[in-house]
Amino acid sequence: MNIELITFFIFSTLLIFTCYKVITSSNPVLSAVNLVFSFFLSAVLWLLLGAEFLSIILILVYVGAVMVLFLFVVMMLDINVAKKTAAYIKYLPLGIAVFIAFNALIIYFFINTFENIDYNAVKNIEIISDSNTENLGYLLFTKYIIEFEIAGLILLLGIISAIVLTYRKNPKNKYQNPTKQISASKKDRLKIITDLKE
Amino acid sequence: MIPISYYLILSTIIFTISIAGIFLNRKNILVLLMSLELMFLSVNFNLITLGNYLGDLTGQVFVFFVLTVVAAESAIGLALLIVLFRSKKSIDVDDLSELKG
Repeated sequence: MNIELITFFIFSTLLIFTCYKVITSSNPVLSAVNLVFSFFLSAVLWLLLGAEFLSIILILVYVGAVMVLFLFVVMMLDINVAKKTAAYIKYLPLGIAVFIAFNALIIYFFINTFENIDYNAVKNIEIISDSNTENLGYLLFTKYIIEFEIAGLILLLGIISAIVLTYRKNPKNKYQNPTKQISASKKDRLKIITDLKE
Repeated sequence: MIPISYYLILSTIIFTISIAGIFLNRKNILVLLMSLELMFLSVNFNLITLGNYLGDLTGQVFVFFVLTVVAAESAIGLALLIVLFRSKKSIDVDDLSELKG
């Protein structure tokens, strides 16, 4: 029982517990906070796997941006705390059945398949240094540069669509209307008085 | 070294918990979106684990892109949720049935 295994067991148990709390707590704020906890715990587990850059990104981007967005929305929407309704009780056996069946199937598969796998089958990694961040950055900016730029475009799409969806015009504010401005002709604005005699 | 099946079983358990969450939480779309986030987390777990054990960094590159797409997805999803709440004053899934055939 080495220290790595002990760490894994502690953090995975906590992770499963927090995931359970995310879906069962009746208050959405508590769900969001538990989701934040689960992201922190998985960041630790990703550190164990040697993905240092991604674990920091998970905390900075996910907990710092996405989950804060979730909490903002929870507070904006002013939802009353939902009770365990009849629908919940109705779907509870189905949920548990799906959970057990899917778990049993996949765990059986994993235990049988990965007994004698050759871990060194794929070795096409271009290692340029010991640092995980440096290797990842090298791969991102050379081999996967087009995908990287597409990811940036997707983020731009996210920004634009989120703004367009939630934008509301305030009738009190004064706006310029570019279409009206362009289509205004000379006659509307300018009056030439020719025979003005004193 | 931790056996690979431990990590895969952990990610499976997270995935099934989130599926059960989608089945159970019919009252609240917000918790449904959070279940989706948990699903993406378990997929990322799989990618990082297999990438680590096969000695390949491509899994981590994939996780990077998944994180980007999920950030955009959750932003759009929450914007849709706000629009929905403005028009219907509720985020109950049962209130969304508009088509009565």
